Amino acid sequence: MTDTTVPITQKKDWSTDQEVRWCPGCGDYSILTAVQMLLPDLGVRRENTVFVSGIGCSSRFPYYMNTYGVHSIHGRAPAIATGIAVARPDLDVWVITGDGDGLSIGGNHFIHALRRNVNLTILLFNNQIYGLTKGQYSPTSEVGKVTKSTPFGSVDTPFNPISLALGAEATFVARTHDLDRKHMMETIRRAHEHRGAAFVEIYQNCNVFNDGAFEEILGKEVRGSMLIPLVDGQPIRFGDRGVVMQPDGRLRICAVDEVGEDALLVHDEKREPAGLAFQLSRLASGPHEPTPVGVFRAVERPTYDEMVQGQLLSAQERQGPGELTALLASGGTWEVE
Amino acid sequence: MTTTDRPVEDIDQVVIRFAGDSGDGMQLTGDRFTSVSAAFGNDLATLPDYPAEIRAPAGTLAGVSAFQIRISDHDILTPGDNPNVLVAMNPAALKANIADLPKAGTVILNSDAFDERAYAKASLTADPRIDGTLDGYHVYEVPMTSLTLKACEPTGAKPRDAERSKNFFALGLISWMYTRPTESTLEWINKRFGSRPMVAEANRRSFLAGYNFGETAELFDHAYEVQPAHLPPGTYTNISGNTALAWGMIAAGQLANLPVFLGSYPITPASDILHELSKHKNFGVRTLQAEDEIAGINAALGAAFAGQLAFTTTSGPGIDLKAETVGLAVSLELPLVIIDIQRGGPSTGLPTKTEQADLLHAMYGRHGECPVPIVAARTAPHCFDAVIEGCRIALKYRTPVFVLSDGYLANGAEPWRLPKVEDLPDLSVPFADGPNHTMPDGAEVFWPYERDPQTLARPWAVPGTPGLEHRIGGIEKADGSGNISYDPMNHEHMVRLRAAKVAGIAKDIPPTDVDDPFLGPDGASTAEILVIGWGSTWGAITAASRVLRARGRKVATAHLVHLNPFPSDLGAVVGRYPQVLVPEMNLGQLSRLLRAEFLVDAQSYSKVQGLPFTAGELEVAIDAALSVGDAR
Repeated sequence: MTDTTVPITQKKDWSTDQEVRWCPGCGDYSILTAVQMLLPDLGVRRENTVFVSGIGCSSRFPYYMNTYGVHSIHGRAPAIATGIAVARPDLDVWVITGDGDGLSIGGNHFIHALRRNVNLTILLFNNQIYGLTKGQYSPTSEVGKVTKSTPFGSVDTPFNPISLALGAEATFVARTHDLDRKHMMETIRRAHEHRGAAFVEIYQNCNVFNDGAFEEILGKEVRGSMLIPLVDGQPIRFGDRGVVMQPDGRLRICAVDEVGEDALLVHDEKREPAGLAFQLSRLASGPHEPTPVGVFRAVERPTYDEMVQGQLLSAQERQGPGELTALLASGGTWEVE
Repeated sequence: MTTTDRPVEDIDQVVIRFAGDSGDGMQLTGDRFTSVSAAFGNDLATLPDYPAEIRAPAGTLAGVSAFQIRISDHDILTPGDNPNVLVAMNPAALKANIADLPKAGTVILNSDAFDERAYAKASLTADPRIDGTLDGYHVYEVPMTSLTLKACEPTGAKPRDAERSKNFFALGLISWMYTRPTESTLEWINKRFGSRPMVAEANRRSFLAGYNFGETAELFDHAYEVQPAHLPPGTYTNISGNTALAWGMIAAGQLANLPVFLGSYPITPASDILHELSKHKNFGVRTLQAEDEIAGINAALGAAFAGQLAFTTTSGPGIDLKAETVGLAVSLELPLVIIDIQRGGPSTGLPTKTEQADLLHAMYGRHGECPVPIVAARTAPHCFDAVIEGCRIALKYRTPVFVLSDGYLANGAEPWRLPKVEDLPDLSVPFADGPNHTMPDGAEVFWPYERDPQTLARPWAVPGTPGLEHRIGGIEKADGSGNISYDPMNHEHMVRLRAAKVAGIAKDIPPTDVDDPFLGPDGASTAEILVIGWGSTWGAITAASRVLRARGRKVATAHLVHLNPFPSDLGAVVGRYPQVLVPEMNLGQLSRLLRAEFLVDAQSYSKVQGLPFTAGELEVAIDAALSVGDAR
């Protein structure tokens, strides 16, 4: 990916002159900063970079990136990005979406982009609420959530986006959050390096309609004991607790003192069967229990765009470049004098 | 092989309908007869008519599949109003089709299929061969099943498999009756079934058995011959509308020097375009079978943004789903060609039957003021030209364009005089390659919505071009800079600009295609009526007007390829005649547009039966309109 001739850039080169219009205090600002700070480091060119979004607060993102960009319609960003990436494998294509855009109205495109393994970097800003439409519950809101559209509490079971992505055959699945720029940048860097569809769920605070949704796990005092960092090849532990696999195959959180360091599960993000990653994604039923962050899964599979390109090239090798006159005569012809 | 012992009668045309169970291979039989007749040099037109169910219960009326072909020694325009010959493979096929066969017509029956069980399945109470149903027809009963089984005995095929070759027996028999050469069908059988030698042999033997049965059985007293038609000189092929569309898409890519991208979801009757295009990857064609209709058009729009010639293909239900993205394409001002193979609606409607009821949908089926140019194909071969014209407009004006075809054109086949590739138009358009706007401070910048003053098209700046990075979206944007703008006056300005851009295409399309022998040099006409249509009604309208003119009626016709915008002279054309009649396979959509646009008393003549107009129906309808005029 790294091209030595790529001009050296700084954060400001990736920023536009457009006024950023998110609410003051919105978590989206820190994600924007993380991405703008990361891009100079990735060895990519602005003109080869495309940001595609749908509708929602997060989807304003492309307007603030000094690259090519499409702010499209609700839910359709993965489909548009698929078209761009398949047409032009030379481009670096990003999808910016949210929990409503990506998992509700655009859920179908989301899962199909993942299973096709189109070469996309998909950042899903999960704030567990509809912000742009002013505060209805989203497909990641918890059961019982009281909002304008659920005055008696939501009765919808939420999606776990990591579980969903793993079930959709995603080859790269990760989670980070808007309060840790370093972790965010590192996770997004890993996603960008991945060939194929890379999915990053970013817990993002909506301070107007769902303030403090992640407070129980992200609060400064609790973070160390509530976030479970996943590090490839390392035992899964956080504070004085860790994750072990019971004899019945289920995962359990326990005190390291009780079970011993050696009993801890060692994280293997390259493990081909997605079952263990799925189990890790189920450790927490919501952001009020100890929650894994980092890369759940990073496996290699041929990308859709490469395979499409491969078929074009082999057809040209086999049949030679297409010739229109020959095509028109291919159904058999006759002459009229 | 030629007929030696019985006379051959020259006839100028014949209409044959093959009808059987949907598992009987009637479409294949029809296709094969079509190819042989095309190669023989006849003019022809076909009308496949099959059920939506892949395999409805065998022997039932719901399962009847038919294929009508008209072959002629002169230029013809329709597949014929009524057959002269009906081949019925079972009682259900006979029952479903006999009403269309005029008395004195020829019926060829597979007599083996006529028994009590079959009558029950076909909801018949008696043997239709003896209950009077067939009175007045020339009926030939041929035991096709048993003769096929007998012919296939030496191949060792099991009777159940051998029986499936009976459509080739029927094809052989009709090939003898109409003096078709046998070699090309035999070659075709070898090629098609080469990998299954036993099937190939069974089909070959059945075909020859049918042919020889005609020659040797004393049933038929003579054969017929339809001489080659005197078509304009050139190289011809036989083509269906969907194949012509697919080839037109490939051709447009070559003419524009752009890679072709199709985002599509399978739907009847449009799927064949996806199938055909996906065969031609050596032209650099990318086909994406998307997860749904919406993804199909959005992937195509993404490819358009990325600099490719992008298409989506579908039928009515798919157009419903794609509407929001068509609106986005209007706002983004990117070239995108949306192909709608219209079928009977609303909802699932009649998936395998034809209709032209999506015109107003294409015209208005989006929220907001959202103009989209519309081009419609009039014949199967014309699908090739229509899609190239759609691409020309899309690329030049950076706009989505609808290309309308329908189920009748999609599956029907006609001879096509191949165009010379060097005569096809150049569709190439330049990509933006540098700044196009000077700021007050003298800075040179790129503005994605700075327009060409002639076409009002915005620049097409594709990713990968340094210095032209820009963001576009569905939110209203400021004219020029393309930045988000909620300014009231800017919105009105942009709405009017987008409308003016599409309206301006009228300057760039040919005048109305009018066929009026009664038009004087002064531009006045003595014709009593103008019959105006669009799309696949062209053949029937033209055929009917020829008959009426031969009877001395002064009928002018016009046919529209461009439905939005209309040709700039259309108002003058429709205003020139005392009567305007608009035949359409809908409840009056073009007629509504003409009335609204030109304040003309355009009369609608409608048919919505899932079947095309016959020339005879239109002859009667035009005659009726003329007699109203006479009475005035």
